[in-house]
Amino acid sequence: MTYLAKSMMLVAGLSLAACTNAGRFDNDPAAGAGSGVNTSSAIAGTASDPLSPLYFQQTIGDRVLFAVDQHTLNEDAKRTLDGQASWLTTNTDYNVVIEGHADEQGTREYNLALGARRANAVREYLLSRGLAGTRMKTVSYGKERPIEICSEEACYAKNRRAVTLLSSGLSG
Amino acid sequence: MMMRLLGTFLLVLCVLGLPAQAQNGPLRIEITDGVMEPLPYAVPDFVPENGAASEMAMQIARVVADDLTGTGLFREVGKEAYISQITSFASPVQFPDWKAINAQALITGAVAVNGDSVTVKFRVWDVFAGQELGNGLQFAGTTAGWRRMAHKVADEVYSRITGEAGYFDSRVVFVSETGPKNERKKRLAIMDYDGANVQYLTDSSSIVLAPRFSPTGDRVLYTGFETGFPRIYVLDVANVGRRVLQSQEGTMSFAPRFSPDGQRVVFSLEAGGNTDLYVMDIASGGQSRLTNAPSIETAPSYSPDGSQIVFESDRSGSRQLYVMSAGGGEARRISQGTGNYGTPVWSPRGDLIAFTKQSKGRFHIGVMKTDGSAERLLTASFLEEGPTWSPNGRVIMFTRETQGAQGQASLYTVDITGRNLKKVRTPGGASDPSWSPLQK
Repeated sequence: MTYLAKSMMLVAGLSLAACTNAGRFDNDPAAGAGSGVNTSSAIAGTASDPLSPLYFQQTIGDRVLFAVDQHTLNEDAKRTLDGQASWLTTNTDYNVVIEGHADEQGTREYNLALGARRANAVREYLLSRGLAGTRMKTVSYGKERPIEICSEEACYAKNRRAVTLLSSGLSG
Repeated sequence: MMMRLLGTFLLVLCVLGLPAQAQNGPLRIEITDGVMEPLPYAVPDFVPENGAASEMAMQIARVVADDLTGTGLFREVGKEAYISQITSFASPVQFPDWKAINAQALITGAVAVNGDSVTVKFRVWDVFAGQELGNGLQFAGTTAGWRRMAHKVADEVYSRITGEAGYFDSRVVFVSETGPKNERKKRLAIMDYDGANVQYLTDSSSIVLAPRFSPTGDRVLYTGFETGFPRIYVLDVANVGRRVLQSQEGTMSFAPRFSPDGQRVVFSLEAGGNTDLYVMDIASGGQSRLTNAPSIETAPSYSPDGSQIVFESDRSGSRQLYVMSAGGGEARRISQGTGNYGTPVWSPRGDLIAFTKQSKGRFHIGVMKTDGSAERLLTASFLEEGPTWSPNGRVIMFTRETQGAQGQASLYTVDITGRNLKKVRTPGGASDPSWSPLQK
């Protein structure tokens, strides 16, 4: 399982590397070797190619945002997730890891639990849109992986997020 | 370095030969919440009993002084004021000379070094009464453990003058942090309570969070992302070996803390987005569930007698503190104020609970009685959290993080009276401290 998780993270990390807010897994050298996945083909398409991961990440949008201390999905978020669900229904080679995140305004433990709520809210929504539960994993990073680093609401708003990372479908 | 220190530090303690009557002299600090003048004391360089001891005799006296002055309860009278010098441990103390410079307590000592072993002798004098306070003591150990011997001396002095146990011969496990906020590297580290002898316990290849010492200081629980998902690890301090505790695929475990007997761990387990409290027997891996609610239940901490658990929950709509029996069941809310409360930790004396409070955009470290009454906020800043108690329940260490893009985490200590706020010396950023018990 460790191996599997690592290879999933590798693919997720590499495909995200083309995205503006990349780099959450840059600090994980453990995810370096032996995945056996041909990553160059995984990022072959451009954001305008509807079959490409870039299209999923940028054109559909790989993330949804949340209000302070909340994990409910607003209409924007649901639209994004509708797009994600239909893309994943077409592109069955991909599974997903849904990451939940929080802003820095809270204690470490609570934010881990809050991030899990957010990741799970996305999972439940994608389930309701027909995506198989076996294709989804969730993880929370709490406040450990902010993408914006200022201590103002403009940054906090972007950090309170759930990100759907594409991973290889090898885990079935 | 640390293994060597732990493995070879043999502490021998014996009462020195000179007869001295057990007594309760007038030299006494009563630690109360009122404003108090620090007690002036002098600790001249210890007397080297051989050539090899000259450097260490000086250093030990300095560490003793740093410990005592660092409490805020003592004020050192500097060398430049001395009228007489201590050149022999056995010679009578010239009390009038120390009285004249208002050194109410005087600590004299001697050090002998033979190869790897070192012997430290010391006496505490009540200058104004003109007599010894307690008996002279002698510690023997290794040169590598010399700082520990200095801390032992300071603990003994502190204890004789305040009537309470000290906290200097103790360690702190924490998370060492480097890099900017969006690329922060974290690794577990351990150090003496004063920041000396830092040793790293993990590398920075995956996130590590919130280490917690076992009741005897031999093991550390922490949350790690080694597999890509949060799991609880138990690490053996002496050989730095670690293993992951049993967990179920698709769930997340975090916020672990030892039971007072060191046999069990209480922790948060998240499944399907919902976080509840569980307890696990460390040896067998057997688990039982303590809470069952759709709200978040996390940050559990046992009472010192093991009978109760205080934790954080948002079942009321905001984060509040609750106490329940260690076996689970009905919980009663203890936090009463406005704002959000988190990370409660029961004091080693059993009388107080330290916590983090978030209110009106600020964070505070505070203490309350175990029924939630008599809440007092000790600190305030942009962001602080995660209190941990000194072994004697007198001081709280916590994480403070500065604001903005350059924000960095540091460790601070504060007295439970709210006085003596100080930054702890660490190499680079540091967070999530856990204070060990006094070492044996």
